[in-house]
Amino acid sequence: MTLSLRNTGLFAVMALMIVLVGVMQSWSLAFAIVNLCLISAIMALGVNIQWGYAGLLNVGVMGFAALGGLAGVLISTEPVAEAWSAGGTGIIISLIIAVITIAMATLVYTRLKGTGKMRIWATILVAFIGYFIARIFFEPAVEAIESVEPARTGFLGGFGLPIILAWIVGGVLAAGAAWVVGKISLGLRSDYLAIATLGISEIIVAILKNEDWLARGVKNVSGLPRPVPYEIDLQRSEWFQGWATSLGATPVELSSIFVKLSYASLFAVVLLIVLWLSERALNSPWGRMMRAIRDNETAANAMGKDVTARHLQVFVLGCAVIGVAGAMLTTLDGQFTPASYQPLRFTFLIWVMVIVGGSGNNWGAVLGGFLIWFFWIEAEPIGLWLMDVITAGMAEDNPLRIHLLESAAHMRLMTMGLILLLVLRFTPQGLIPERRR
Amino acid sequence: MEDILNAIVLMTNFLIVPGLAYGSQLALGALGITLVYGILRFSNFAHGETMAFGTMMTILVTWFLQAHGIGLGPLPTALIALPVGAAATVVLVLLTDKWVYCFYRRQKSPPVIFLIASIGVMFLMNGIVRFIIGPKDQVFTDGERFIITAGEFKQLSGLREGLAIKTTQGITVITAIVVVAALFWFLNKTRTGKSMRAYSDNEDLALLSGINPDRVVMVAWIFTAVLATIAGTLYGLDKSFKPFVYLQILLPLFASAIVGGLGNPLGAIAGGFVIAFSEVSFTFAYRKFLAYLVPDGWAPDGLVQLLSTDYKFAVSFVILVLVLLVKPTGIFSGKSL
Repeated sequence: MTLSLRNTGLFAVMALMIVLVGVMQSWSLAFAIVNLCLISAIMALGVNIQWGYAGLLNVGVMGFAALGGLAGVLISTEPVAEAWSAGGTGIIISLIIAVITIAMATLVYTRLKGTGKMRIWATILVAFIGYFIARIFFEPAVEAIESVEPARTGFLGGFGLPIILAWIVGGVLAAGAAWVVGKISLGLRSDYLAIATLGISEIIVAILKNEDWLARGVKNVSGLPRPVPYEIDLQRSEWFQGWATSLGATPVELSSIFVKLSYASLFAVVLLIVLWLSERALNSPWGRMMRAIRDNETAANAMGKDVTARHLQVFVLGCAVIGVAGAMLTTLDGQFTPASYQPLRFTFLIWVMVIVGGSGNNWGAVLGGFLIWFFWIEAEPIGLWLMDVITAGMAEDNPLRIHLLESAAHMRLMTMGLILLLVLRFTPQGLIPERRR
Repeated sequence: MEDILNAIVLMTNFLIVPGLAYGSQLALGALGITLVYGILRFSNFAHGETMAFGTMMTILVTWFLQAHGIGLGPLPTALIALPVGAAATVVLVLLTDKWVYCFYRRQKSPPVIFLIASIGVMFLMNGIVRFIIGPKDQVFTDGERFIITAGEFKQLSGLREGLAIKTTQGITVITAIVVVAALFWFLNKTRTGKSMRAYSDNEDLALLSGINPDRVVMVAWIFTAVLATIAGTLYGLDKSFKPFVYLQILLPLFASAIVGGLGNPLGAIAGGFVIAFSEVSFTFAYRKFLAYLVPDGWAPDGLVQLLSTDYKFAVSFVILVLVLLVKPTGIFSGKSL
């Protein structure tokens, strides 16, 4: 974990920019940005593991992050006893049937090897029969669950465990989904992984939006328990009020900063662990093998490396890291809103982070995560200011001026696209290039 | 007997007509993806946004024409605006090629780099579209709404079920047939078309026989832009124009192109219809249809819907997965692995 003077300088500039926001806008905003920067950095590390180490293109970051978020709900919310008694058994039975169906279909598919067309049709038939049997149990159960106080619950609830556990479970969930996708699309042409991940991410988000029994769908789950104290409790406690007066700040202001700082320290610990592990992995014989596969698949294959299996491994690992970050994001928000998972925000933005930071270099991914998130947030005020300057000569009610000012919000899409294209063209190695060995 | 006729009409109305229209739109879009793949050898993620841009330009011209009272009577004004929109899209696409992709072609970069560059282009186009027209829903169809309404059909045939065909659906299918016929004529009969196919089959051999690669690439981009504009406008006319939809449609488009065989134009068309019809038939509620066919009292209680319409994207994905598992080169054997 060594950093050259130049790279330290880059991080120092980043820190300075955040301090500037603190001074010019507000410290609360500055720490809010830092929190999301930390999460973005972890997601970028996940993508970097896939793209930087192995050259795998994951265009479904959104889906894996959403699975992490789902873990946040499933772990931390209290179980809804009524819903469980209304439809819990039905759901469990249909899940068991689904598992049996998949096992049967796989069995049929492997056993009927060499029978040509029949094998495919038999597998599809088994899957269909299983699907219909599962639905017989599934549908009434879902209806029963969703009618349990739909305004407040209407879902099965979770396990009522501390939300920190969700960070691990989120990683596991994402890894599981990644294993399935990887198993199907790895070993084929590289574009297929991109398209398959794009598809699975759309479907994961569609499921989360529509399966109300699971996590309330678009009705959202809010008020998830926090791993850090609540502002209101802090403001009421004596020692905190005393502390605030001694610092010369109002308790309200200080409590908001204190909470954000607590989150930031938790996230920073996770980031450091992931970063340390990533660096260790990259510098180990395993990392060397990954790079060998990335740089020349044929040669690595000839040396006896199982390219597809190694790709699957690294893909699953990267997605697990993304899942962890997704769970952390839900923790920070305190709510789970499936409709907020947009591919531009969750998939392509992370990509810009990795490319700009420097693909193949973990420190680069972290810097990219910080830098791009910072500009993603600050592009709007900057864009608004720019538009204001450009249109300053026009009259207040000029329709063009009004349109331009209203559209300034879309500036950031353009800015991100432009940054990606410029970096890819002129400094494809990114801000902190991969170390030459 | 009448029950069976009713069932057939019901099926046609809710399954076959929408499937044909949607399939034509997907086929046109997938043709663009497959052309870029065949000639430039990368999966163009910006294709959906190219469609959105073309549609937006068409909408702007349509509004201009509507404001000046120019129209086509029963047909939507957008048809006159379409060539202008297509021309604008051609200009945009050629500029992106000049400024973005051309460099990587000279460098002989791997396809993955092109793919990432196309993601950048996608961002940029998405921003441009939202910047100019905004993220909201725009309806721009005008003229006669239906070729035949459900009521008229019932009167004509005396059946209980109606068959409604929207003008936009009719136009979509006719336009698709004309465009596809023209494209195949071009690819098979003209010198440029033949050189494009040669270039797609074997680049080195094509270069050796004196085919100008820049020209082939340029023509491919022009076709892609025109196809994207037509597909996008037809889709927008049929449903309505929402910028984010063109990002979501990327999955069915890629699925169509891959199912048919990437790089194979015929496959893209077949794939488009396969995806469209599976999507429509998996999300169709068969209750009424079955009620006509089975004896009285046997009619099912539920909707008899295989999947809720919210999961229509899952259908294209599942088909994609099946094809990847069983025959990764697609039905018509496109480019090999």
